Amino acid sequence: MSGWAPLLLSAQLAAVTTVILVFVATPLAWWLSATDSRSKPVIQTLVAMPIVLPPTVIGFYLLILLGPYGAIGKWWVELTGETLTFSFAGLVIASCIYSLPFAVQPLQAAFEATGRKNVEAAWTLGASRIDAFVSVVVPQAAYGFVSAIVLSFAHTLGEFGVVLMVGGNIPGETRVISIAIYDQVESLNYGEAHAMSALLLAFAFIVLLAMFLVNRRRAVR
Amino acid sequence: MRIRRLLYLLALMPPAVSAAGDRLTVAVASNFAQVALELAEAFARDTGAAVRVSTGSTGKLYGQIVNGAPFDVFLAADAARPALLEQSAAGLAGTRRTYAIGSLVFWSRDPELADQCTDALANLDGRLAIANPVTAPYGRAAKEYLVAEGLWEALETSLVYGESAAQTLQFVATGNAQAGLVAASHIRNDSLPTASCSWPVPVTLHAPIEQQVIVIAGSGRTDLAQEFIDFLGSDDARDLILTAGYRIPEDAE
Repeated sequence: MSGWAPLLLSAQLAAVTTVILVFVATPLAWWLSATDSRSKPVIQTLVAMPIVLPPTVIGFYLLILLGPYGAIGKWWVELTGETLTFSFAGLVIASCIYSLPFAVQPLQAAFEATGRKNVEAAWTLGASRIDAFVSVVVPQAAYGFVSAIVLSFAHTLGEFGVVLMVGGNIPGETRVISIAIYDQVESLNYGEAHAMSALLLAFAFIVLLAMFLVNRRRAVR
Repeated sequence: MRIRRLLYLLALMPPAVSAAGDRLTVAVASNFAQVALELAEAFARDTGAAVRVSTGSTGKLYGQIVNGAPFDVFLAADAARPALLEQSAAGLAGTRRTYAIGSLVFWSRDPELADQCTDALANLDGRLAIANPVTAPYGRAAKEYLVAEGLWEALETSLVYGESAAQTLQFVATGNAQAGLVAASHIRNDSLPTASCSWPVPVTLHAPIEQQVIVIAGSGRTDLAQEFIDFLGSDDARDLILTAGYRIPEDAE
């Protein structure tokens, strides 16, 4: 049944977004966790803004920025010949912005908690920066990574307002699960809406519970 | 201490609206919101009753009404939802009537289309925006028109779907879609960019977008609500509705 295609699309979007965010957020959070730079509060503010801004604000500006008359959208049209809005690529960009704080903040907290002593010791023993990071910092800050991955994925899956504004509801491209549920409610198909909503409800409960259980085990140990 | 003082001040403040008895709350489909405000003002002038306008999509408002939203009158964007309300007795039987008929316009701001507007639909190289045919009455009409013209198959892959008639225009006005089939009532907005193409879609090529109104059964002010519905058929109201880009049902003339 094609009814589940939106769920698959949402899962793809959340997976791609999460992978990108881990690579973007890790160096950013690492820098934020140690820097004394005067620009730190400004960067932290920018990262946190998607939490407080209504998705309509983000969606509205993205619609303009990613559109063929906008700075990024114009460049994309020249590059690919297609508009960035109403495309999967556009949704990935939107989701990365929308979920950025959910990746950066747990990582930053984890890096701050583990401190730099061990990694500096590894450096003095001749380990390369990357090697030291992967074999010393990552295991120590594992719970931060778990939180960042789970929250980025789940938050992107729950995205609605931004996608509604820049997606265009195209089947297989931008019709994600939240939009599909919205459509079902709008067209009074409450049965379908219930089925999909209940599934998301269960999913949200299970992944968040799993995350808290994993992180609690670590705290007890 | 400070909080208590604040609460005390709040308690002393006069309520924003004085008597709830002569105030009507009207739920309005978004496409009609602007006209509804003008109508509310005219109705208030005539009768002294205040009218509060609450806007949303027809489907959402329907869901709210079925779940007990405190509306007195429902101005829908279609005939189906008011009919459903009447059947389920959530709407007052006998109060349902068509207050306006919507029309579609082909609209674009793309200068490249300017000298071939009438056959632009056959020559689009970008996206065409229409409202979602499944949920929005203007979308259903747009689809019927494209099917009638034999263009649906060719255009289907380049369509983007607005959540409402208003969002459909927004996609085109921001340049994200090359053109769109939008509500005639929306393109009178002064803040829109200049159109390169704007022509009315022949009304004979799709089922009429009949917008119906009904009194909500749970309303405690059904007399005033009925008065408002009667007012919608008055000459003053019909002038406002026509000026806004709608047609008026024949039987009301």
